[in-house]
Amino acid sequence: MNPVNYLYLAALLFTIGAAGVLIRRNAIIVFMCVELMLNACNLAFVTFSRMHGNLDGQIIAFFTMVVAAAEVVVGLAIIVTMFRSRHSASVDDANLMKL
Amino acid sequence: MENLIGLLVAVPLLGAAILLTGGRRLDRIGHWLGTILAAVSFGIGAVLFFDMLGKSGEDRAMYSHLFSWVPVGGFQADIGFQLDQLSMTFVLLISGVGTLIHIYSIGYMEHDERRRRFFGYLNLFVAAMLLLVIADNYFLLYVGWEGVGLASYLLIGFWQNKPSAATAAKKAFLVNRVGDVGLSIAIMLMFTTFGTFSFQPVLAHAGDASEGKLTAIGLMLLLAACGKSAQVPLQSWLGDAMEGPTPVSALIHAATMVTAGVYLITRSGAIFNGAPDAQVAVVTVGAVTLLFGAIVGCAKDDIKKALAGSTMSQIGYMIMAAGLGPIGYVFAIMHLVTHGFFKAGLFLGAGSVMHGMNDEVDMRKYGGLRTYMPVTFITFGLGYLAIIGFPGLSGFFSKDKIIEAAFAKGGTEGWILGGAALLGAAITAFYMTRVMLMTFFGEKRWEADAEGHEPHPHESPKSMTIPMIVLAFGSVFAGGLFSLNSSFLKWLEPVTGHEEGHSPLSATTVTAGTMVVLVIGVALAWLMYGRRAVPAVAPRGSLLTRAARRDLLQDDFNHVVLVRGGEHLTRSLVYLDHSLVDGAVNGTAAGVGGLSGRMRKLQNGYVRSYAVSMLGGTAVLIAATLLMRAV
Amino acid sequence: MSFPLLTVTAALPAVGAIATAAVPAAKRTVAKWSALGFSVATFVLAVIVLVRFEPGGERYQLTESHAWIKDFGVRYELGVDGIGVSLVALTALLIPFIIAAGWHDADPLEDKNPNRRWRPTQGFFALILAVEAMVVVSFEATDVFLFYIFFEAMLIPMYFLIGGFGDQAHEHGDDEAAKQRSYAAVKFLLYNLVGGLVMLAAVIGLYAASADQLGHGTFSLQEILQARAAGKFDLASSTERWLFLGFFFAFAVKAPLWPLHTWLPNAMGESTAPVAVLITAVVDKVGTFAMLRYCLQLFPEASKWATPVILVLAVISIIYGALLAVGQRDIKRLIAYASISHFGFIIMGIFAMTTQGQSGAALYMVNHGISTAALLLVAGFLISRRGSRLIADFGGVQKVAPVLAGTFLIGGLATLSLPGLAPFVSEFLVLVGTFSRYPALGIIATVGIVLAALYVLVLYQRTMTGPVKAGVEGMKDLKVREIAVVAPLIALLLFLGVYPKPLTDIVNPAVGQTLSDVHKTDPKPALEATK
Repeated sequence: MNPVNYLYLAALLFTIGAAGVLIRRNAIIVFMCVELMLNACNLAFVTFSRMHGNLDGQIIAFFTMVVAAAEVVVGLAIIVTMFRSRHSASVDDANLMKL
Repeated sequence: MENLIGLLVAVPLLGAAILLTGGRRLDRIGHWLGTILAAVSFGIGAVLFFDMLGKSGEDRAMYSHLFSWVPVGGFQADIGFQLDQLSMTFVLLISGVGTLIHIYSIGYMEHDERRRRFFGYLNLFVAAMLLLVIADNYFLLYVGWEGVGLASYLLIGFWQNKPSAATAAKKAFLVNRVGDVGLSIAIMLMFTTFGTFSFQPVLAHAGDASEGKLTAIGLMLLLAACGKSAQVPLQSWLGDAMEGPTPVSALIHAATMVTAGVYLITRSGAIFNGAPDAQVAVVTVGAVTLLFGAIVGCAKDDIKKALAGSTMSQIGYMIMAAGLGPIGYVFAIMHLVTHGFFKAGLFLGAGSVMHGMNDEVDMRKYGGLRTYMPVTFITFGLGYLAIIGFPGLSGFFSKDKIIEAAFAKGGTEGWILGGAALLGAAITAFYMTRVMLMTFFGEKRWEADAEGHEPHPHESPKSMTIPMIVLAFGSVFAGGLFSLNSSFLKWLEPVTGHEEGHSPLSATTVTAGTMVVLVIGVALAWLMYGRRAVPAVAPRGSLLTRAARRDLLQDDFNHVVLVRGGEHLTRSLVYLDHSLVDGAVNGTAAGVGGLSGRMRKLQNGYVRSYAVSMLGGTAVLIAATLLMRAV
Repeated sequence: MSFPLLTVTAALPAVGAIATAAVPAAKRTVAKWSALGFSVATFVLAVIVLVRFEPGGERYQLTESHAWIKDFGVRYELGVDGIGVSLVALTALLIPFIIAAGWHDADPLEDKNPNRRWRPTQGFFALILAVEAMVVVSFEATDVFLFYIFFEAMLIPMYFLIGGFGDQAHEHGDDEAAKQRSYAAVKFLLYNLVGGLVMLAAVIGLYAASADQLGHGTFSLQEILQARAAGKFDLASSTERWLFLGFFFAFAVKAPLWPLHTWLPNAMGESTAPVAVLITAVVDKVGTFAMLRYCLQLFPEASKWATPVILVLAVISIIYGALLAVGQRDIKRLIAYASISHFGFIIMGIFAMTTQGQSGAALYMVNHGISTAALLLVAGFLISRRGSRLIADFGGVQKVAPVLAGTFLIGGLATLSLPGLAPFVSEFLVLVGTFSRYPALGIIATVGIVLAALYVLVLYQRTMTGPVKAGVEGMKDLKVREIAVVAPLIALLLFLGVYPKPLTDIVNPAVGQTLSDVHKTDPKPALEATK
């Protein structure tokens, strides 16, 4: 199968993720959409790795996964704390840092 | 001997330092200390004088170099002294009259709680004035010049809680400062012309400099002299300076400080000799002032202000004589010395009268005082005869010579100057007779003041009358002594130089003319103030009288042009500084603030809008990269 | 390697600042004495520096040189010339007096008004010492970058001193006072920051130019001077002019020169008198000093190119400052405008490019420091007694407090340059130096002398003479501590007025070298020239 199709899939997933981040207010959903974008990137990296015949892309994919995992830990913790203190998970409510 | 010269200044300076920093402990002996130190200074002067007499005319000058003061490149200012016959004359006059006035002040200031400080200031004045006359360069002279200005400021404003005294002091200092600027510019001009400002090299090479430079220097020196010696147009401060205690008026504003201008011009004779235009300016100033002061003196009812007008006028004579060049220098100084005696005596007499009259200064409230204060009357009377030029007394010899020299100037100029001098002599006779008649003759005119205190005129204590008597002796005999064998001329000639003038009128004619105008002046005054009673309230008087009472409107002019104009200028500048200079900066700040206020709105706190801008930014970047590639 | 005397002189007040700040909050008196002790010790060191300095020897003496940031050619280089060493001594001399005069200025306030906040005593004195350390380094640095860092860093402690410990007296009450204080502090900071940033651009430009010409970038003043002497460093005139303007702008703000002066009256008016002295007598001197050291030495041709404009601005400063001083209602603002006038004289002397002008300017910096300190500190004592800065609130003070009035008068007479007191010598030298090259400007500047007499005597007359005003009757005369502050300054004014030779001997060689940098010689007297 033509590897380019995987790239189309990655682009589609990225777009879905980006749109989700921009449109949705629920912090969990936004967060999942960010993950979706990351995974879209991973798919693209692996595909390129395959296309070019070297392992660089796969290594980067591993890095991304590690970073994503760390991000999940920190990000979910923040969201949970925010929900506890404000009884809401909406990203629009979290604007205290605004001047 | 040379080492003593510095002590002349150091001794009174030490006195000033002790008295002004010593505190209350010295209140009881301060006045004696001050007087003794002034007398010591006079003693040193006398020792030096006799030493000088022992030498021949040409090498009488003594020099003493203390240390290098401001050495910067070509600018070499030293603390050094030069004591020649001219300086010596001044040293004796200053320390002698100074000591007498110290003694007088012991009695006069007896009831003043700040007497110690008064003597401190007096000592400071004596030190500064001596420094002025024994400095060997113009820069050090400048120190003395401003130093006497400071002492004068402190003493005029001695009764500081009187606003009028404080204002008069400030005015005197400011007007003098204008003159001082003239002196400092003259020094700068000397530096750029001669590369030095010491008397010896400057005066020796004055002939080599261009006439333009010399004229500029001369005019600047004249400006300085006008400020210090109260000559038109910088004369306005002298009348107000009478706010100071009377001994101050006698010492500073009659006998010594105000004559510093004459000293400066005589000392700089070599410069003026090479600058005829500057000399014309000097004689003009002198002639105008001698009439101006005399006219003002005629209209004043305040005894001290009348005498102040007279001082101005007499110094006008001296300045005019000094402006005549080598034919006049010696007579300028001679008149200066005799004037020092009789004018100081007159002021001390006025002080004695005020002392007995509860500090009343209005002559319309005096009258018939001759019986109450015989010593004051006689000493004042002798001073009066001397100043109007009564034959045989001091003023006769010195003033007569100046009038002669004025005619000897030659040409139309000579006639104008001689005429002015004669007219001045007539007016002098008039206003001095007026003072004399209003104060000592006629009926008593004083009344009880608002609180019911009637003055009890009485003779002053010995400490006050003795100096008056000594000065009266000077007023009577000094002129004759100086003219005997032309001794004064021979004494000063090696320093100032002298030429015999060739007057179109013979000496006898001039003397006879002087006598005629003298009689006219006295007679006129007697007709107006002696024959009939003096009204206790001043009549309205003619336009000239009213103008003369207001110092011929000079103060009004100053007030409108300088004071008001200056106030408007500073006020508008304060406004402009705030609104324009500061406003420009504050405006910029406000502009930046406004712009950033708008920009701030972009930061709305919504995560999603930040995400949009990130996405948009990335898209733009990628598009730009692709476009660049495509191109 | 010899003992790093200059470093120690600069480091001691810095150590003192830390030590003073570390004193526990309850022990205020300990902090005060610690600050005073460190400042006096610094003064002793400064005197040692002065003694070790050989007038007429090497141009820069007691030098220290170490690599600092190698990649950018930044070196830690110190050295003093005659002018630098005089100003280090002046700074070290004045700080103990400033500390002693401000002994109670940072005591905690008793009332509970939130705008009169708690004032940390330790902080006040530590900040003063910090300023001293930075000013001393600025006078000692011979590396442009090192100088720049401390030139700018000075703003931080000064900002807090003005804004945090300002004058409490204000005619419209405490809230207005607080508002004015913070306005003044911010204005001070912004003006000087903008000046400094422009200079930073020029500093980088200098680095680039030196990298271009010498093959390696350097900030070292000595290296650049040597390279120029060897003909290896020759800037294009447009480059030189731009760089000159960048440096000069910063110094003209700091000095301050008309029309960049408006921050000074605010800063001096709103801060307490000792801090105002710190601003005008110490910190501002860095500006005029740097003109002499950096503008003239690094960019001689551009300096000559800019001379006419700068001289005109300086003369405007002289007259304008004096006229505005006459029009002030506030004692401290009056003195601030008088200082602007005096800085005009200093800058005029520097750019007259004559021995007399520049020696006079260098002397003027020292003398103005002492005379303004004397006048302003006494004014501070006066203001704190009455709780008002308005001239109109005073009158007849000499009747109730004669010593205070007397010292105030002497300070004032020094400000109007009375002969016999130190400022006269320097002012006359500046005038004569200017006159010998630019007669017209010299004559116009003498108007400043008359105006100086006017503003000083009007101030004295309105505050000290006349009948005693309400609110003044109970005024106490100077206390022993206050006399101890003022008397030495007055003694010094008298001494330097009568015998300035020690100072001129130190300053003259440095001026001679600076003048040879710009290839200028004094004009010859007219008589010699014709012969």
